[in-house]
Amino acid sequence: MKALKFVIPLAIFIGLAGFLFKGLFLDPREVPSPLIDKPAPEFALTQLDKPEQTIRRADMLGKVWLLNVWASWCEACRDEHPYLVEFAKMKALPIYGLDYKDQREPAQAWLAERGNPYDASLFDQTGRVGIDFGVYGVPETFLIDKQGVIRFKKIGALTPEVLNDQVLPLVRKLNG
Amino acid sequence: MADARRAALAALLACAVALPALAVDAPASAPSTATAASDATVKFEPPAARLTAADPALEARMLAITGELRCLVCQNQTIADSHADLAVDLRQQVREMLQRGQTPDQIRRYMTDRYGDFVLYRPPLKATTAVLWLAPAALLAIALLALGVVIRRRSRLADDQFEPEPMLDDDNAAEPLDRPGTLA
Repeated sequence: MKALKFVIPLAIFIGLAGFLFKGLFLDPREVPSPLIDKPAPEFALTQLDKPEQTIRRADMLGKVWLLNVWASWCEACRDEHPYLVEFAKMKALPIYGLDYKDQREPAQAWLAERGNPYDASLFDQTGRVGIDFGVYGVPETFLIDKQGVIRFKKIGALTPEVLNDQVLPLVRKLNG
Repeated sequence: MADARRAALAALLACAVALPALAVDAPASAPSTATAASDATVKFEPPAARLTAADPALEARMLAITGELRCLVCQNQTIADSHADLAVDLRQQVREMLQRGQTPDQIRRYMTDRYGDFVLYRPPLKATTAVLWLAPAALLAIALLALGVVIRRRSRLADDQFEPEPMLDDDNAAEPLDRPGTLA
């Protein structure tokens, strides 16, 4: 009984300390997306380079593809862009851009300067499609399967680790 | 002389007590602007105000809804408060949805479909949030139970148990003679 008096507060303290310790390593910016394993939202956007051509969600069915949300005003996009350019050379899967809340000329200039890894970039000037995809911090990247279902989402800049350890294995599995 | 000094001291004390009360007043009145269709809401954000100055009632309804939604860009602000680009867009989205006659529930659904329960400052009660909702009540119940047990134990002790060491409970009650203090 006496030992219990000592042990119970200690156990409570250790439990609480455990939660707080775990909390040190959680990033509140990484909000789990409710869109994972849900159908990608409908969209119909013009291409950045060809304003007369529209790409719709239905056009993308039947292939596993990567949707990378970027903008010429986005600082972190500059960090991830070289990786994306290199990754595109592997031709592992089609990569589409979503040019989020941007203007055509600076966006085109940005790609001309840094290289264009995209099969095409969808031009989302109002950011409405971005909202439907739950975008809140550019860059974001979505992996979408043949049925048009979102299977993976990365918030923030892509890194070689994310591409190698998460994206590529999933692409192989989905194409498998 | 002493009286004057005492009066001055009293005045100072009164100020010290009154100041925090004033400070508490200010934030308490702030949320009311979010619900009342006052002129203040129009000045709230210039670009948004220009769009909807014509309809302060709509603006008030919009602010009432977005005041309970978390802005994902600056996470400790509401969508109503935030100046982030996304928050401005989402406020406009809510205005348009209200104009189309959609209900606050439909709008909240629209937000959680995209950003998850995390956007709601009042998360719904479900399996993953049960601890969040029930823990305060459970802890209060445990505390009251413990208090009740302690009071009942004490009420059963004889009166003379309280005199020498008022803090005794029954674990220690059996052994007061072992203590050096009571032996002497």
